[in-house]
Amino acid sequence: MNIAVVEFLGSNCDHDAEQWSLRLSAARSRMVWYTERDLSWADLVILPGGFSYGDYLRCGAMAARTPVMEAVIAHAGKGGLVLGICNGFQILCEVGILPGALLRNQTLTFLCQDVYLRCETSASPFTSGIAEGSLLRVPIAHGDGNYFADPETLRRLNGEGRVAFRYAAPDGSLSPEWNPNGSAEAIAGILNEGRNVLGMMPHPERASEPLMGSSDGAALLRSALQALGS
Amino acid sequence: MKARVHVFLKSAVLDPQGKAVQQALKTLGFEEVGSVRQGKFFDIETGELPGGEDPKVRVEAYCRKLLANPIIEDFRVEVLAP
Repeated sequence: MNIAVVEFLGSNCDHDAEQWSLRLSAARSRMVWYTERDLSWADLVILPGGFSYGDYLRCGAMAARTPVMEAVIAHAGKGGLVLGICNGFQILCEVGILPGALLRNQTLTFLCQDVYLRCETSASPFTSGIAEGSLLRVPIAHGDGNYFADPETLRRLNGEGRVAFRYAAPDGSLSPEWNPNGSAEAIAGILNEGRNVLGMMPHPERASEPLMGSSDGAALLRSALQALGS
Repeated sequence: MKARVHVFLKSAVLDPQGKAVQQALKTLGFEEVGSVRQGKFFDIETGELPGGEDPKVRVEAYCRKLLANPIIEDFRVEVLAP
């Protein structure tokens, strides 16, 4: 599996994503600068977290208009796998590959903490190895992770089973106190129509081996690897 | 051409920053403050527009392409000088 990790000015989880990929023996990863235009060699494209372009204008707005994003759109359009983490999720929404937008956290504070994610669907290349209803403990680190979409879009996401993860309590139930940033319907991650693109605010790469306190996040990349048959 | 563009959250979108500002004003004794919505504006100066295009139409294109996110924001364009 060839993994492209895209680097924008201000990305800061690019090397975490690269290391995450490198630990999978069947994967080869390469860093891709935002000016590049060819991703035809890649099986999986990761848009990492960070603060691309200093979050100027809106989070992800400037990165969404860089040359590499045209290649990401083309890759996604052909059914190629794309994983956007944190700022990567914001960029995918800004560029229109995923619906909705990420607003300022309802608390107005930057949130850096572990959360529990309830897997809502195993029907995607990223979650095929994760049982529906099971919980992952992974960290969030963001100021703008409050997912917003209009009611019609939310209906569609629910109806088509495209909500991948919701913020949940340790017992798996949903309640406002376990929805740290105030996201609509506690949504933490969503899939595109083709189910080959996943955007999520939490950081699975930061919970990918026991030394990190949790290795729950590793399942996403392992699932993707399996989906690609490597 | 000179234009000023206002970008603000749609009324259906919660504005926690505006709400915090409203509460802060109340704390300062301005009890009458009912609601505050926070937005931003851009002052833009350009050279001559291509093909004599209508300035307002041209700047609205800037908004749709970059300055505003139509999912959460509305915009208003004022042409200050042709």
